[in-house]
Amino acid sequence: MTSWLAAHRRACSGTLARLLRAPLASLFNIAVIGTALALPLGFYVVLASLQGLARDYSPQPQLSLFLAPEASAAEARAIGERLKARSGISASRFVPRAAALETLKARTGLDDIIAGLPGNPLPDAWVVTAAGADAATLDGLRGEFRQWPKVAEVHVDSDWARRLDQLLGLGRHAVLLLATALAFALVAVTFNTIRLQILTQRDEIEVAKLIGATDGWIRRPFLYFGAITGTAGGAAAWLMVWAVLALFNDRLQPLAALYGLPLQLAHLDAGDSLTLLVFAAALGWFGAWLSVRRHLGAYNPR
Amino acid sequence: MSQIALSNVSKRYPGGHEALNGVSLAIETGEMVFITGHSGAGKSTLLKLIAAIERPTSGSVVVNGQNVGSLRARGIPFLRRNFGLVFQDHKLLFERSVFDNVMLPLDITGFDRREGARRARAALDKVGLLHKEKARPITLSGGEQQRLCIARAIVHRPSILLADEPTGNLDAGYAADIGELFRDFNRVGVTVVLATHDTQLAARLQPRQVEIRGGRVHHD
Ligand SMILES: Nc1ncnc2c1ncn2[C@@H]1O[C@H](COP(=O)(O)OP(=O)(O)OP(=O)(O)O)[C@@H](O)[C@H]1O
Ligand SMILES: [Mg+2]
Repeated sequence: MTSWLAAHRRACSGTLARLLRAPLASLFNIAVIGTALALPLGFYVVLASLQGLARDYSPQPQLSLFLAPEASAAEARAIGERLKARSGISASRFVPRAAALETLKARTGLDDIIAGLPGNPLPDAWVVTAAGADAATLDGLRGEFRQWPKVAEVHVDSDWARRLDQLLGLGRHAVLLLATALAFALVAVTFNTIRLQILTQRDEIEVAKLIGATDGWIRRPFLYFGAITGTAGGAAAWLMVWAVLALFNDRLQPLAALYGLPLQLAHLDAGDSLTLLVFAAALGWFGAWLSVRRHLGAYNPR
Repeated sequence: MSQIALSNVSKRYPGGHEALNGVSLAIETGEMVFITGHSGAGKSTLLKLIAAIERPTSGSVVVNGQNVGSLRARGIPFLRRNFGLVFQDHKLLFERSVFDNVMLPLDITGFDRREGARRARAALDKVGLLHKEKARPITLSGGEQQRLCIARAIVHRPSILLADEPTGNLDAGYAADIGELFRDFNRVGVTVVLATHDTQLAARLQPRQVEIRGGRVHHD
């Protein structure tokens, strides 16, 4: 057991020594892997920030029920009663057409034009806050309200949040695809690096096998190499994204102040960072494993 | 049962050349055997078959009761650890120091590092190379490289020593020393199989001699 541990420690330190012996090549390798990982990682970080923003700043989902112009005050009240009785609604508020016109005047400053109108073009409306925020609930409510008598039109006010959400869903798919493609790239990079290493260490491998080294013993330093460069590449990707975010957030600051939004992109938290490193290590290890499996068979007796 | 037993072994190389053709040979534990024969007779081939570096085309090679020819790939390393191998072309690692070359057989078995270093120095001392432990093999003379190869072959105290022309590049003095070394090993029970042209060495050690000619055992 202790000798097994010692053997692993030796293989590990041997691998590190080998990395340091060719620092430029190692750095280049790590940079390539880092860049390959930084792309999907950057997208992921931006998406996650946008998603948080969409969640925090989508207003309470509201539906506006615009009444038919000929609806009487009694009919409007009846709708109000019905809304109160309906479950799944947390609040409802009546906006008389006159009040709506006043708000419009105040908000837009189009007094002159509005004064020139022959009458008030706006309908009475009920503004309803739904208890649930998901798209299915809102669509259900909207369909139901449309059927009600004297309801001319129903608007869902949080449509933009939903669209953003759909867009983000699309983005997540894109990130996944990109990450998959670049994971392949990482595996291919390690595969090839290990292939070259096996070629340059052909003599060493041959001699070691001749005097009784197991395939496991020969494989070990290459697997460590793959895992270590993978991890280092993951760390490099983390640093690249960190640097870009720092720059970007700096630029974003005035814009955020202007809109009163906390428009700051957050980096991976500790758990996600760890996942990234483990993932990168696993990919590097896998690439090395494939390569070793493919290229060490040639040393067996015929 | 013999420690090493070849029965009716033939080896045809991919090119079609038949190096051995029906060799039968039994070597007992603790024996010292010289394999002789002209250049190209098949001496190296015979040693390679015993060490599972080549597989026989037909016939069986049995070492310690194990059929080497049909041994599965994962069993081969453990078979080879029984041997100390001295290669005709040395097969040294030129990127490693003399000391690390000798450490290799111990490293691959996960031998304790400190005890291993002690043994490696002892082996280097036996072949007269201790003062060169930090050197690179490329800076050694042909004879020194040969001695380094012998040190690597004995460092893990194998039960069988297979040496292919171990004195080929050595002057008479060193050849005699190396011969003594082999005799010492043989005296403590190590089976020694040597492929050699060295008639002086044979005369001094008086071993059993097996001559290969025409792909067969010509004289035993
Ligand atoms: N890998 C190989 N492929 C094809 N032919 C080979 C191979 N190895 C050896 N041979 C041939 O087999 C024959 C025996 O070779 P081997 O090396 O066993 O001879 P040897 O007795 O050791 O000769 P030497 O005294 O010169 O070392 C030779 O004719 C050689 O050309
Ligand atoms: Mg030979």
